Parts: sequence; structure tokens; C-alpha cells
Amino acid sequence: MSTYSAPLKDMQFAIKELVGLDEVAALPGCGEVSAGLVDAVLAEAAKFAQEVLDPLNRSGDRQGARLADGKVIVPDGFDKAYRQFIEAGWNGLSGQPEFGGQGLPHIVAMPVQEMWNSANMAFCLCPMLTSGVLEALHVHGTPQQQKTYLPRLTAGEWAGTMNLTEPQAGSDLSAVRTRAVPEGDHYRIHGTKIFITWGEHDMAENIIHLVLARTPGAPEGVKGISLFIVPKFLVNADGSLGERNDVRCVSLEHKLGIHASPTCVLAYGDGKGAVGFLVGEENRGLEYMFTMMNHARLGVGMEGVALAERAYQHALEYAKTRVQGREIGQRSGDRVTIIHHPDVRRMLMSMKAQTEAMRALAYFAAAVLDRAKRHPDEQERRRHQALIDLLTPIVKGWCTEQSVEVATTGIQVHGGMGFVEETGAAQFLRDARITTIYEGTTGIQANDLIGRKVAFEQGATAKAVIAAMRAVDGELAKHAELAAIRASLTAGMRAVEEATDWLVATYPADAKAAAACAVPYLKLFGIVAGGWQMARAALIAQSRLEAKEGDADFYRAKLVTARFYADHILPQAAALGHTVVNGADSVLALDPAGF
Amino acid sequence: MKVLVTVKRVIDPYVKVRVKSDGSGVETANVKMTMNPFCEIAVEQAVRMKEAGVASEIVAVSIGVQQCQETLRTAMAMGADRGILVETAGEVQPLAVAKVLKAIVDKEQPKLVIMGKQAIDDDSNQSGQMLAALLGWPQAAFISSITVNGETADVTREIDGGLEKLTVRLPAVVTADLRLNEPRYVTLPNIMKAKKKPLEVMKPDALGVDIAPRLTILKVQEPPKRGAGVKVADVKELVAKLRNEAKVI
Repeated sequence: MSTYSAPLKDMQFAIKELVGLDEVAALPGCGEVSAGLVDAVLAEAAKFAQEVLDPLNRSGDRQGARLADGKVIVPDGFDKAYRQFIEAGWNGLSGQPEFGGQGLPHIVAMPVQEMWNSANMAFCLCPMLTSGVLEALHVHGTPQQQKTYLPRLTAGEWAGTMNLTEPQAGSDLSAVRTRAVPEGDHYRIHGTKIFITWGEHDMAENIIHLVLARTPGAPEGVKGISLFIVPKFLVNADGSLGERNDVRCVSLEHKLGIHASPTCVLAYGDGKGAVGFLVGEENRGLEYMFTMMNHARLGVGMEGVALAERAYQHALEYAKTRVQGREIGQRSGDRVTIIHHPDVRRMLMSMKAQTEAMRALAYFAAAVLDRAKRHPDEQERRRHQALIDLLTPIVKGWCTEQSVEVATTGIQVHGGMGFVEETGAAQFLRDARITTIYEGTTGIQANDLIGRKVAFEQGATAKAVIAAMRAVDGELAKHAELAAIRASLTAGMRAVEEATDWLVATYPADAKAAAACAVPYLKLFGIVAGGWQMARAALIAQSRLEAKEGDADFYRAKLVTARFYADHILPQAAALGHTVVNGADSVLALDPAGF
Repeated sequence: MKVLVTVKRVIDPYVKVRVKSDGSGVETANVKMTMNPFCEIAVEQAVRMKEAGVASEIVAVSIGVQQCQETLRTAMAMGADRGILVETAGEVQPLAVAKVLKAIVDKEQPKLVIMGKQAIDDDSNQSGQMLAALLGWPQAAFISSITVNGETADVTREIDGGLEKLTVRLPAVVTADLRLNEPRYVTLPNIMKAKKKPLEVMKPDALGVDIAPRLTILKVQEPPKRGAGVKVADVKELVAKLRNEAKVI
């Protein structure tokens, strides 16, 4: 059984060398950010993840959250860990300084989140949802609402949830039926919400639910949905907790994974209606929700990276200890650990290479987001906003899909031992499986990518990214050692470019044909963007080795990993490109009756 | 009461230590480093004393390379008020450590010095005792509890075969054992605050201390690999093997 060890070296490489911490540190409001601070924060977060969260991951999975008499009982140890978590101030990492947060940029928050998720994804969904509420209220709440809720939410004394889904309203939120009836300075909420992550528990003193509902006479569809604050306990004028609100957890879902995270069915207004407070204006709820959804989608992409890392570490330890067979071609001699077998090595390399590529792209996106939010120049802010808008569905869709594949490979490394739960390899696959679904399925991400992010602007940002990749090509050309990486990246770029041109041309005339291969396009973009970051990493590693600077072992391994990615992963781009351009007909040729 | 705590930067206990290929020592380049766990316990004790109103100021001292500043920042994030780094390029042996610390103690005049009982890298377990001797102060090594009562401190020492309770006159040097306390997790706000606390860097020369090594390391090597065990048939065979093969009885 492996224990989590935060990959600090690769994280620090990605933050400081690949993504450019210095540039982010120079942005307004990042005055306190420095390499030394990042090292200190990462070191302490790693310690907390390894010593507090990781030991509860397996026990939490086995025990799961339970419901008894309307109360959610969290797995043993979670309560104490949550207290330690908030006492250590981790909940306020990227919170606003005016409400007690540390205001650290995403480039620092992202690796910390990766550690929480690798160590115990079910646990850290709770603070993740809280940060979503924080963000939504910070942007759209009234000063009074902010004063009432943000300090306690930032501290983690109160937790937050997002209430979107109803039985008939999943990906299609226009079908939301929960009602909100005005009554004085508040509304009465009636309805049922499902899939509410950490919807009920006692780890925090209060839970602030953000709920989508319709007011009387609201327009049909998505333009008639409003957003409400519904606290579990109403908050008195002096900030103390008052009456229990009319919201109850009526059941918990039985899920494939994230067993320790209570996924609740919440009943609002079984009595006289739950008291809710409108956020912003009526009928603009979905728009408000989306301000934080994009951020949450990046966060889910990060979960993919985190689970891939954890699955890799688990498989690696097994491969280094499990003795089975002799080296290939040897008829006598000692039996060896399975890491000596070429196919096991190939699997481990594919796990390692994909995880590092995903990490590089996710951190790159975090730095883009920081620039989009903080850059002093408006033009630059807008440019980076367009870039992060494009990257968000790619990071979410691609990193989570790959994490499922990496976790599956992790089980394969274990052989039959991976199929039994005792080795712990299966949990990472079960936990990863939700990441391609919630916060918008991969299909939803891909539709968002081809529609709003590519076709509507005639591929302008996508082509800017391809141009940035081409700039790396010029650098790669200077190093004969990197020729294989260069050739593979060139082929990948060509595939993305052709597919993008096809999409831009096809979408306005035949959106259905474009959507038929939206997911292959998303994967294509992800794989090539990952290859782009790996090529950049290889360039840095090569120059550090030539200058004899830093940790030579690390840079040599980075070169090998980038080469593996170029030889084994990146060539998939050409096949995906073919599918995007040619594959729509056969997707749609059979009508529903023909199935 | 001013308390001085010492912190040493060592290889992280979770890292597998490798011997340098030339046998001159262990590999520390590009290896994860951290605060010596016993020093962490010493800092924690000082912070608890400050929280209890017993200590008024905590000064953390480290001796070593420039990166020891990170270790001092950790001590300050735990609650130390300021840091002093005596910067050296190479190895500093226990006697030199004790001499440097004596110079610092002369300057700072703390009423109590709390150190880790030993560092997990070389396990010397000497600096605290040597410092007390150089200062001519009372010492209590391996303590698992301490209560300060005005001009004295009651301590419990973990010794072979049990616990020893002593009262030492202050000022004194004490060294922390594992059970003294369980160090806290550093909080994020305190990491941020620690960046702003004063950290003074000085050279041993400025203190008038000669840190030249007095001991020579001949060779560092990996411990021999343990051989496979054997099953013995009975007690008689076991005793025979212990006597004739292992030669331990």
C-alpha cells in the first residue's frame, strides 16, 4: 500500500521554470508572492496532505458517509481533519484579503489543490464547493451579504454548496422547477435538489447553500432562473446562528466513487418554505452561477491531474516491490520486480508522461487565469481571458478523461491484484470516474469548446495558441537532440490546425456535424497542448543540462518523459484529426430507429 | 523570559539517503531538506511557553548554508519572533556548533536554551551538552516535560530504564526528546507573517569563533545488507549459534 508523496520537484519546475512564477509575482496584488513563499507554502501543504488527509483516503472510501435520522455522519477522522484544515488557515488560501483570505494567485493555489485532491479528493470537495460560493458571492453578492457570509466562509467555519441539479434538470438547467416566492425581504424556497456534494454535515457550524430557483411569473427556460442564498441556519443580525432553515437531507446517493463525500438529496420547503435571499437580480441566476463554474471546471481538471498522479505513485510502488518472473530473454537467475518488464515500464511511462503533461497544461492555465484577472493592461487582460476561456474546457475535459485512462493503467500494472479492492488501486479509478461527469460532462465541455470558444470567433484564439506552439518549433529546431519531439509536435500542430479550420468552416452551416466529433476535437487539442508544454519543458531541461545547472537527474528524466510523450501519446493527434474531419457522417448516419 | 531555540536543516526523514560515490559523505544536492524533527519539538515547546505567558520572546538560531534561512522561516511560522543565521559554507561539527551558540547566547542573554536532543542526520547528540559545559550552565538532556517556576525549571528526563525528575537552576540548556510534545501544523497566515519577521545573517568570524573541523571523516558507507535468516530447531541450537557464530553470548 503506497502513501502519497507530493511531487514537489515537478510542481516547482512547472511553477517556476515552465509557467513563469516571476511574471505572475509581478502582477498587481501579488507583491508577497516569491519563490521562497511558494516553497514554504508547498512544503507545509505537502506535509498536511501527506500526514492528515492521505491516511483518511482509504478508510473514508471503505466507510463512506452515512445518513442517520436526517444527519450525515462523515467517516471517522474527517471531522478532526476538517478542523485542522481550517485552523491551519488553508481554506483562505485564495480568498479575498478584505474577508480574511490570503489572496494568493491561482498559480500558488493550483498545486496546493492538486495535493489535497491527490491525498483525499472526497474530503477536499467540501472546501472546493465553499470556494465556489465565496467566488459567486464576492462577485455578485450585496455588501451586506458579503459582510454576513464571506468572513466565515473564508475561514471555513461555514461551508458552501451549489444546488443546480434536479431530477428532471441535469445538463439541461432550463428545466429547473424549484420555486421561490417573495415574502418581505426574502423568498420562500420549495423544491428538491439532487447530487448536492457535501449538502449536509456537521463539520462546519453552518452550510450556505446557493440554490437555483424560479420566481413566480419568471420567463421559461434559462432566462427565468434566479440564484438564492439559503443558509442551513439563519444568521441573526449580530452574526450569531438563529433558526434552523426548512431544508433537509432526505437521502444520500450510493455511488461508484468518492464514497466519503456525502452526495445529498436536499428537500427545500417541506414545511412553510426555506428562507432564501436573492443574489443580484432576478432571472440572472444561471449567468451568476457560470462566473464560478468556469473556475470550478478548472478545479475539476486539476482533480484529474491529482488522481492520475496518485494512481501513478501507487502503481509505481507496486511495480518496484512485486517480484514476478525473470527479465525477458533470461532463462535462469534471480526473479525480478515487475518494473524490469518492458510492458510494465511502458505503462508506468505512459502514466508519468501524461500526468506531467496534464500538470504542465493545468498550471499554465492557472497562470493565464491570474493574468486575465490581475494584469494592469486591459488589452492583456482581455487576451488572457479569451485564452483561459478556450483552455478551461480543454483542461477540464482532457485532464479528467486522461485521469480515467491513467487510473485504469494503474490497475493493469497491478494485474489481478489491481482488480481486488485490497490493493487500493481501484479507488483511484472509481474516484476519477466522476470527474468526466460533474461540472459538465466531457460532451458538454466539447460543445462549449467548438461552439462558444472556437467557431463563434472563427478560431481566433485557437489559432493564436497554434501560433504560440509554432514559436516553440523554432526553438526546438536549434537542438538536434530534440528532433523527434519537434517532428511529433509539428504533426500534432498540423492536425489541430486542419481540424480547427474544418470546424470553423463546418459549424455555421452544420452544427450537428461539428458536434458529432466535438469530443475527439477536445482530446486532440488537449493532447497537442500537452505536447506543446512537454516540448517547452524539454527545451528548458536541455538548456539547464547544457549549462550544468540544477538537478541533472530531474532534467534528464524530463527529457526522456517528453520524448516518450512525443513517441507514444502525441501521434494519437493525427488519428483524432482524421476523425474530426471525416467522422461525423458515420456518427449520424443511423437514425435513432436504426439502433 | 527570553528563550533561544536552535534549528538544524537536515535531509527530510522520508527521503532515502544515498552515500556519495566518493564515500566522503551523503548526497545532499537536490535532496529535499527539512527542519530536524527534534528541533521542531524544541520550537514547539518554546511557542507553547510563549502562549502560556512564560516566555516573552523566542529567538531561533541556525548554523549552516544560506538555505537554512528557509528553516528559520519555518521556525518563525511556528511562532518564533526572529531568526539568526550563522552562515557557513561547509560542515559544522558539534563542538563548533556549541562554540557558535555560546557566542550567540553571550550576546542574546536568554534565560533558557531549548535544543533538539540530536539531529537525525549525524545523530551526534553532543551540541546541547557541550554548549551547557562551555557556558557553565546547568543542563537537562532528553526532556519529556518542563515547567518553569521563576528561577528554576522542573523537568522530566527520559533515561535508560525510566524517567528522572530534576529541578534545574535557570539559565539552563535543555534538549528535547520525542515525547516532549507533538509539533503543530504551521498555519498559512503564519507562513505569510513569517516572511516579515526579522532575520539576521552573520558569519562565524564576526562572532570570533573558529569553526574548523576537529574530526576527520575517513569514509562513509552504506550499512551492510542484512543476510537471510535461518530457522533454528530448538533453544539449544539458538544458544549455540549465538555463542559460536554471532559470538554475542
